Amino acid sequence: MSILIKNGRIIDGGEIKADVFIDNGKIMRVGENLDVTAEIVIDAGGKLVMPGLVDMHCHLREPGFEHKETIESGSRAAVHGGYTSVACMPNTNPVIDNAAIVRYVAQRGREADGARVYPIGCITKGQKGEELAEMAKMKDAGIVAVSDDGHPVMNGGIMRNALEYAKTFNLLVLDHPEDSTVSGDGVVNEGVNATIAGLKGISRAAEEIGIARDIVLAETLDTRIHLCHVSTAGGVQLVREAKARGVRVTCETCPHYFSATDEEILSYNTNAKINPPLREQSDCEAIIEGLKDGTIDAIATDHAPHAADEKNREFDLAPFGTVGFETALSVAYTYLVDTGELDMETLVRLMSQTPARLLGLPVVHIKPGIMADIVVFDPGASWTVRASELYGKGKNCLYDGWMLKGKVEHTIVGGVLKV
Amino acid sequence: MLRKKDLLGLKDLSKEELERILAHAAEMKSAFVARESLDNLKGKCVATLFYENSTRTKNSFETAARLLGARTISISVATSSVKKGESLIDTGRTLDALLTDVIVIRHSMAGTPALLAKNVRASVVNAGDGMNEHPTQSLLDLFTMKEKFGTIKGLKVVMVGDVRHSRVARSNLWALGKLGAETAIVAPYTLIPKGIEELGCEVYTDFEDAAAGANVVMGLRIQLERQKIGLFPSISEYGEHFAVTEEKLAEICPDALVMHPGPVNRGVEITSGVVDGESSLINEQVTNGVAVRMAVMDFLAGGER
Repeated sequence: MSILIKNGRIIDGGEIKADVFIDNGKIMRVGENLDVTAEIVIDAGGKLVMPGLVDMHCHLREPGFEHKETIESGSRAAVHGGYTSVACMPNTNPVIDNAAIVRYVAQRGREADGARVYPIGCITKGQKGEELAEMAKMKDAGIVAVSDDGHPVMNGGIMRNALEYAKTFNLLVLDHPEDSTVSGDGVVNEGVNATIAGLKGISRAAEEIGIARDIVLAETLDTRIHLCHVSTAGGVQLVREAKARGVRVTCETCPHYFSATDEEILSYNTNAKINPPLREQSDCEAIIEGLKDGTIDAIATDHAPHAADEKNREFDLAPFGTVGFETALSVAYTYLVDTGELDMETLVRLMSQTPARLLGLPVVHIKPGIMADIVVFDPGASWTVRASELYGKGKNCLYDGWMLKGKVEHTIVGGVLKV
Repeated sequence: MLRKKDLLGLKDLSKEELERILAHAAEMKSAFVARESLDNLKGKCVATLFYENSTRTKNSFETAARLLGARTISISVATSSVKKGESLIDTGRTLDALLTDVIVIRHSMAGTPALLAKNVRASVVNAGDGMNEHPTQSLLDLFTMKEKFGTIKGLKVVMVGDVRHSRVARSNLWALGKLGAETAIVAPYTLIPKGIEELGCEVYTDFEDAAAGANVVMGLRIQLERQKIGLFPSISEYGEHFAVTEEKLAEICPDALVMHPGPVNRGVEITSGVVDGESSLINEQVTNGVAVRMAVMDFLAGGER
């Protein structure tokens, strides 16, 4: 398949207007008015041509929860949101804690007709937080990182061993920072809106204690650590201070932590039940500040699909999470770029190049010789999210009914036009 | 008379709506104490769907429904298919299919009446949902205060105890604020929910400071399991600082009337002497509960709709 993308604004460390010619899976030529013939010609006049997005944190639910999402449906949803590579968390059933399951997930990923799928392995066997999982064997089988996401490793001694052992094999630990003795059975952010709704709160302290502990561990042991889904102003500040004194800490946030607050839970909308919980406006502002000054390295989706019946029930009983693949780029564009907080090059780094680098995946640039993982994005479009029209299996979308700016037009994975 | 299909909480009601319900409740009380039977809900069906134990609230609603001429269905968790795992929404739809006009629901989880209301045709009345609201309890409290003082505007109402877990406190804070009362809460910080002052109340940790000049002192039930999870160290220590006693009332606010949503833990959050004393309105509250519930159900499903 050969593809010619004409007249686009190429966003990659600056902006140039040029054509991109793709053949045999790779970018062959980049230049003005390319005189080539291609099987597919995309007129990208006025549109942005960018490296495909890389999601370092999503849940594809397979094996075990195929009623929520499958690797196939998830990888299709991903390309509809401009993602060309996604790393899926291991909290499946069975959990991804051994090489055999890693191979299964990787194989299902290769068969899927969408984004590239990279499995993440467990830190501990069964995600129980007790014994280390076989990280090295899983790495040989194809994992790109380890995480017990969804279950904080509460035992500091186990976490210490995990960080040092993972370092041996140059595996990044994706840490879910939370002190579950502080969060307890809370379901929303602790604050006035939890009080108004009569729902149990989760204190910011639960997340920030987790962040602080794991920063101290990484600092003491001189290991890398990556903190998942940072949601609070205090968390951003802890990371900022740690980076300033040279700790090898990186972190991500998610679109919902800079675009939505805990006011969403006042109507008991279970799609706004997310862990960590949606916080307050001051936290959203601190997250944006962290994205601007480089404290936050990446934006991940934490795409967390659930079946309709699982969400349409008592708030306390509904599972945590919102889907995110198909809205992430538009939400980020609407709340970060259109508002003038970030430029598009920075957003591409946050959503493509940095997460790829952190996971050791190929880093995409729009340059000849590089694999053609490309997204074409229309910054002039605006659209209203309709959860029922999403491509993913899970329709539990926080943004249902929201008006967003900018829309993914095309996604190319390895030189193949997927959307 | 109410704009909405359901009564989910008092935070959603206007001052005018609250006043209309209280006025209608006065008419209903006259009929109730005269032992008159009404036919406002004749041919209608009221179901009580209780996922939590309750004696007074469930009986109060069923009494009110029958006094209005409705037939009643009573579902409690232990005897129903809920135990077999039927979802709340399916249970609600079953009640719809039984041509139920009003579903009165109590549930341990906040927001459950709202979820039910979204999924059924019948009107839903919240009879207490987790820590969120207990609107008819608050309405009967308001009704009782109005009977005693003539007006609610300008009253000082102090709530003592486990505000954090109290749906009664929240409903009362919403409603008393709208009707112009001054409100205060007093409890140890472990029993005060974050941001509660934004609902318009003064927050105290000292009973004497809180209760000075109070017209109404309302005790809130202390659930004994709160002590087990470490929110206070002992009933005895709690009682010394926060129990409503004759001595404290005599010294700080001798003219205050005492209310309690029940059931009372005698000797825990309030002494027997206070419960049975002259300033206690606790039994009148129960009678008034029937009247306000008649008014609410009449507005939602009866001739007054």
